Amino acid sequence: MAAPLALLLIVAVTIRAALFRTSLANLISERVEVVSPLNAWKRVVEGLALLDLDISPYSGDVFHETPMVIYLFHFLMDYAEITFMLADCLTAVALYLAVKDYNKQVFRKQKFALEADRIPMDCLELIRSPTEMYYIPLKVAMFYLLNPFTIVSCVAKCTCGCLIYGSALLSAIFLALATYQSIYPLTLCVPALLYLLQRLYIPVNVRRSSFWFYTLQYLFMFLGSLLVLICLSFFLLGSWDFLPAVYGFILSVPDLTPNIGLFWYFFAEMFDHFRLFFLCVFQINVFFYTLPLSIKLKEHPVFLIFMQIALIAIFKSYPTVGDLSLYMAFLPVWNHLYRFLRNIFLVSCVLLACSALFPVLWHLWIYAGSANSNFYYAITLLFSVAQILLVSDYFYAFLRREHHLTNGLYLKKKDGSEATLVLK
Amino acid sequence: CARAPMYDFQEELVIRPLHSGDIYASFQFRTVWDADFMGDQKVSHYRLFPKSLGQVITKFSVRELHISFTQGYWRTMQWGQPYLPSPPGAELWVWFQDTVTDVDGTWKELTNVLSGIFCASLNFIDSTNTVQPSASFKPLGIGNVTDHSFLRYATLPREIVCTENLTPWKKLLPCGSKAGLSVLLKSEKLFHSTFHSQAVHVRPVCQDPQCRTTSMELRQTLNVVFDLHTSGQGKREWSLFKMFSRTLTEACPLASSSKVYVDVTDNPQVRPFELSPATPLLTQAVVLGDRRTYSVYDLTQQASFGSSRSLNMLLRWKAADGEMLRPLLHSERYVAGYGLQAGEIHTLIYNHHPYRAFPVLLLSAVPWYLRLYIHTLTVSSKGKDNRPSYIHYQPSKDRERPHLLEMLLQLPPNSVTEVTVEFERALLKWTEYTPDPNHGFYVGSSVISALVPSVVAMDTNSTLDRPLFSSFFPCKEEASYFMRVYTEPLLVNLPTPDFSMPYNVICLTCTVVAVGYGSLYNLLTRTFQVDEPSPGLAKRIANVIRRFRGVPLL
Repeated sequence: MAAPLALLLIVAVTIRAALFRTSLANLISERVEVVSPLNAWKRVVEGLALLDLDISPYSGDVFHETPMVIYLFHFLMDYAEITFMLADCLTAVALYLAVKDYNKQVFRKQKFALEADRIPMDCLELIRSPTEMYYIPLKVAMFYLLNPFTIVSCVAKCTCGCLIYGSALLSAIFLALATYQSIYPLTLCVPALLYLLQRLYIPVNVRRSSFWFYTLQYLFMFLGSLLVLICLSFFLLGSWDFLPAVYGFILSVPDLTPNIGLFWYFFAEMFDHFRLFFLCVFQINVFFYTLPLSIKLKEHPVFLIFMQIALIAIFKSYPTVGDLSLYMAFLPVWNHLYRFLRNIFLVSCVLLACSALFPVLWHLWIYAGSANSNFYYAITLLFSVAQILLVSDYFYAFLRREHHLTNGLYLKKKDGSEATLVLK
Repeated sequence: CARAPMYDFQEELVIRPLHSGDIYASFQFRTVWDADFMGDQKVSHYRLFPKSLGQVITKFSVRELHISFTQGYWRTMQWGQPYLPSPPGAELWVWFQDTVTDVDGTWKELTNVLSGIFCASLNFIDSTNTVQPSASFKPLGIGNVTDHSFLRYATLPREIVCTENLTPWKKLLPCGSKAGLSVLLKSEKLFHSTFHSQAVHVRPVCQDPQCRTTSMELRQTLNVVFDLHTSGQGKREWSLFKMFSRTLTEACPLASSSKVYVDVTDNPQVRPFELSPATPLLTQAVVLGDRRTYSVYDLTQQASFGSSRSLNMLLRWKAADGEMLRPLLHSERYVAGYGLQAGEIHTLIYNHHPYRAFPVLLLSAVPWYLRLYIHTLTVSSKGKDNRPSYIHYQPSKDRERPHLLEMLLQLPPNSVTEVTVEFERALLKWTEYTPDPNHGFYVGSSVISALVPSVVAMDTNSTLDRPLFSSFFPCKEEASYFMRVYTEPLLVNLPTPDFSMPYNVICLTCTVVAVGYGSLYNLLTRTFQVDEPSPGLAKRIANVIRRFRGVPLL
């Protein structure tokens, strides 16, 4: 599998390098759908310029990256393009390895289930064959690398985070790094924990001491690394200024620059009296799906991770298409759910149409002056609804497949005719 | 016993015909009051010094106060340099004394009190348009203060000046508008002009050459430029009556000196205009780096008024004017770019001196909603990069303070220096827009302060009796004079949300969130079941009847 992956990486790097050289690079790096005040490259350069003038980058309101990023780019300034291409390639390779690992696990579980004779006979066609699964990691990598959104984000030099699963310690560290960068990956702590528990065959049972032991160990590692990172940032810049500038900014949404999310127009038109209330509601909305989803999907942590990443990408305060591309990269892993998806055609049409309409309506509002902000806002709404439908469709398909695996594929009603399944 | 405080009041009017045919009149009223504001003695007896200002100065421990209200923009290339520059709108800068502990709180109170005194909306001055310059706006009075934390500068470019501002300003004069030069200040003519600026400057000055005692000086200045073509008739002729629809009848009795100067600097060949009534008094003064000749009318002499007991100067042009001396320092500013997302501010500074280079200090205060990117700052003269030797940049904080950029630039001789910086326009909350949001947002004028090399040796002796207009800016050296130039204010459009939509937006966005919540709730709380169709209506009724009868159901 190494050769196709290498070829894929080369193609991806070529596309990105070619785009960097053209004037499109500048154009793309200014687009609001691709960059947000949190991760725009222009703002990183501005932060570095302020640092050169001996002014703290956080004394103004332009720079909202974490201190580690400043110092990273302080040294890598000239190699910025290569850094981002490398980051993308590393992410792709990491995803590839992760999905390969996951596939092995799934296959193993399936084998056990087959041997234990737990699956009804007619479900055999639902079982995934090795051949089909062979190509999935490659497809995942391909999806990630060749997704136009990812390319565009790379070209715009966004600084999105990524996760790697491996050993518990490593995963805790990387999760802490991702949480440090923006708060939302905090919710990924739970699925990561569940995944590791599954790998170590510790059942998720509240009464078992081994569960608590492992959970506490993991949480300790996670919080410890997070604390180390925050203290390191403090020592890098010598002040706690970055806490309100980074985390306060993400949580309190003072900057209303238009983006593909729901927050900007909502808070631009909000009555002052209710601003705090709705801010809390919207931020809680991102976090509170963690617990119910974890309870429902405790046997399937990777799907849980996918759901969480998707929900974060839809409901976070400053989303960009880079976040979108990350969860879309996982879609090939759930190829086998295709037969149970109900709205996939509609959703994909809407997503494509919205992607095309975003730049058009932006131009009409900002440059031509013949549309107003409502047009762009409408497309934002549609885009979010399409994403929500996509995510809930996959969830439905996943649950349905699980139901069939336990109850049989061709179900019959009491009188023997073909039955329909509904959610009740 | 304490010495009775001494007062001195002088008034003067300078009339300077401009090369474009317009005429420039500059009034200055100067009250010097020998009271020690900085001491502990409470000042309670006010004679010539206006009580409202005196109380403000003592209460807020003000060392220097400069406030100006201007309508119109001074066209340097057509009119030359003004005696007292001022930016369009309102400008206020104050040096507080070092006994003040909470400068920001005192500043807020001071602006509100001044807003009441001058009937202007200075209460709009808050932390979002106040800056603390680090190098410009050094004190114009005595004392070497170096701690710029006691200085505050704010400008309101949107402020309109009208009769309501002129009336309280006139009330501060000792003679009011009853006698002396202030009878000419009638609003219907003064506001029918191209440029109108009224200002109040309070500062401590030395009383004697050794500067053992200080006194408080109050200068009220009013600069006005009347336009040739809007005043009717077309032929080039100006008189006091044509300008102000009044004539002078007497000097202010409280004034120690009351003079009218008319700039009659001759052309080498022929005097361009004829001045009547003729006056034997001629004086020369060095002002703005040039030696000019003035005809003087001394209003304290009864002879000035002639037999009609009124003085109406008449200037009649016979020949065309010669070439105007090009002002040495001049600047322009504009916004480049298109669309509502980003833009660039370009500031052009012209040095017209043929062989001397001199440094200038550029101060720009840009509101927070135009996010400046300082890494895009470029300064170039004659096509080459020109690095400023001093940059002080304070980035803005959203809704708290504006950007402050101060630079010391060296201008090469006979060149244009261009300062460019990119910005991004922010989307504001719907309540933060003015009622006319599509008019745009004003960016206050940039200030360029410089010591310009002078053609003629400047007079550094401060105690000589000099006309007021030439003694406003302190002169420390002979070879150069201080000049301040203001650029145009900018008008920038920001993207606006739809103001009719708050309720709709809240409903629609909450609907989307609810769609997400609803689908996930359904999938989380419900399980798959085989759908047993419920029996039809007839069967259900039959079942109900059968239950009553005790018979097995269908």
